[in-house]
Amino acid sequence: MNGIRVLVGTHKGAFILTSDEKREKWDISGPHFAGWEIYHINGSPIDPNRIYASQSNGWFGQVIQRSDDGGKTWQPVGNKFAYDGVPGTHLWYDGTQHPWEFKRVWQLQPSLTDPDTVYAGVEDAAMFRSIDGGKTWNELPGLREAKGNLWQPGAGGMCLHTIILDPSDPQRMFIAISAAGAFRTDDSGQTWRPINKGLNSGSELPDATAEVGHCVHNIAMHPSRPNVLFMQKHWDVMRSDNTGDSWSEVSGNLPSDFGFPIAVHPHEPNTIYVVPIKSDSEHYPPEGKLRVYRSRTGGNEWEALTKGLPQSDCYVNILRSALAVDTYDSCGIYFGTTGGQVYASADSGDSWKPIVRDLPAVLSVEVQTLS
Amino acid sequence: MIRVVLPQHLRTLAQVSKEVELQVEGSMTLGSVLDALEIQYPMLRGTIRDHITKQRRPFIRFFACGEDWSLESPDIPLPDAVLTGKEPFRIVGAMAGG
Repeated sequence: MNGIRVLVGTHKGAFILTSDEKREKWDISGPHFAGWEIYHINGSPIDPNRIYASQSNGWFGQVIQRSDDGGKTWQPVGNKFAYDGVPGTHLWYDGTQHPWEFKRVWQLQPSLTDPDTVYAGVEDAAMFRSIDGGKTWNELPGLREAKGNLWQPGAGGMCLHTIILDPSDPQRMFIAISAAGAFRTDDSGQTWRPINKGLNSGSELPDATAEVGHCVHNIAMHPSRPNVLFMQKHWDVMRSDNTGDSWSEVSGNLPSDFGFPIAVHPHEPNTIYVVPIKSDSEHYPPEGKLRVYRSRTGGNEWEALTKGLPQSDCYVNILRSALAVDTYDSCGIYFGTTGGQVYASADSGDSWKPIVRDLPAVLSVEVQTLS
Repeated sequence: MIRVVLPQHLRTLAQVSKEVELQVEGSMTLGSVLDALEIQYPMLRGTIRDHITKQRRPFIRFFACGEDWSLESPDIPLPDAVLTGKEPFRIVGAMAGG
């Protein structure tokens, strides 16, 4: 199949939106796994017909689904996520220690080289890996040794929500946890180190510059420049030019530097996108105007992208995994809202149209550019 | 033969239309019926009880012959009416929500 496939996870099922390169007419398939929360649905970069989905709900727990035909049919695979050894405790909201408990899978990141290898970021925060197409899962327990007893849940839980695989170094991965911070491994996940130097969380932590405990909402990287990372933190948009060893703030002229997702243009490594949200308690766009902000300078200088987006009375949120890009020459940008809209731009964000308006609340958006 | 009624979401997951029928070997207790169910429908593992501890998930309940069996020991035999297939063993999603 040629064209574009947008994988949408919602509070009540998954939807697959397909179109051709023009991205004007869309077919909508779904709901898949109707009634279940789909925190993430993501395809293999080297075998696009291999798609993994995280299916969960409060009654029946976690299920992992796998498709080998581009989402037409699915089969449940392994759902046993057992922490390695005795996982111990982490900080709770009130400062006491709390037992580690598995709740759900937030992120599924297929390997860049092997369709049967896939990583899972889970709540309570940990990293798992499957090397058999999702049938069995094993924790990479070295991550929790990076001061896991000092990690604490954010409002959405203590979730490992972001996994970035470095295309230039198969042993290097970056992950982010709310509320623990960002971490990097240089040895395929055996050992991890916090990479939070330069983050300032004075409103949330007693030690504003603590080594761990920061509420990192999302991280993005351009594959051609893996030493440069961009971060949307609880508050502040940040940039690192040294694989996370240190960070500097690039919030610049944003109307609010609170938000959830961040993304990089597929062909312009210094062009980044965020969706500002008013505050940590008012999860909707400032002034009721839904605006994507684009910086062509790698941060600090931002322009509002508004054409086609509601500019009054808009009070939706855009969650951390709900912003994605395609790789066409005229780059497509996609995001989903908690109001159930999925907006698309086929011109790098200059103009927008809704693909669909009335889905359940959107939890995640991923894009496959098919050729 | 034991009849088991699953909640709708688990029927979908197990790809069954209504109740399922199980042949249970040996003692027919609450636990052995769940064991047999998970052997016949492995995709249900972890959705009714914990993979490792075998503890019932908090929002799952077990009913049989008009009685609530949710808090019973897994080693207790089920009622004769369930063991003979006259009555189904019911796995129910707890009432929760608005």
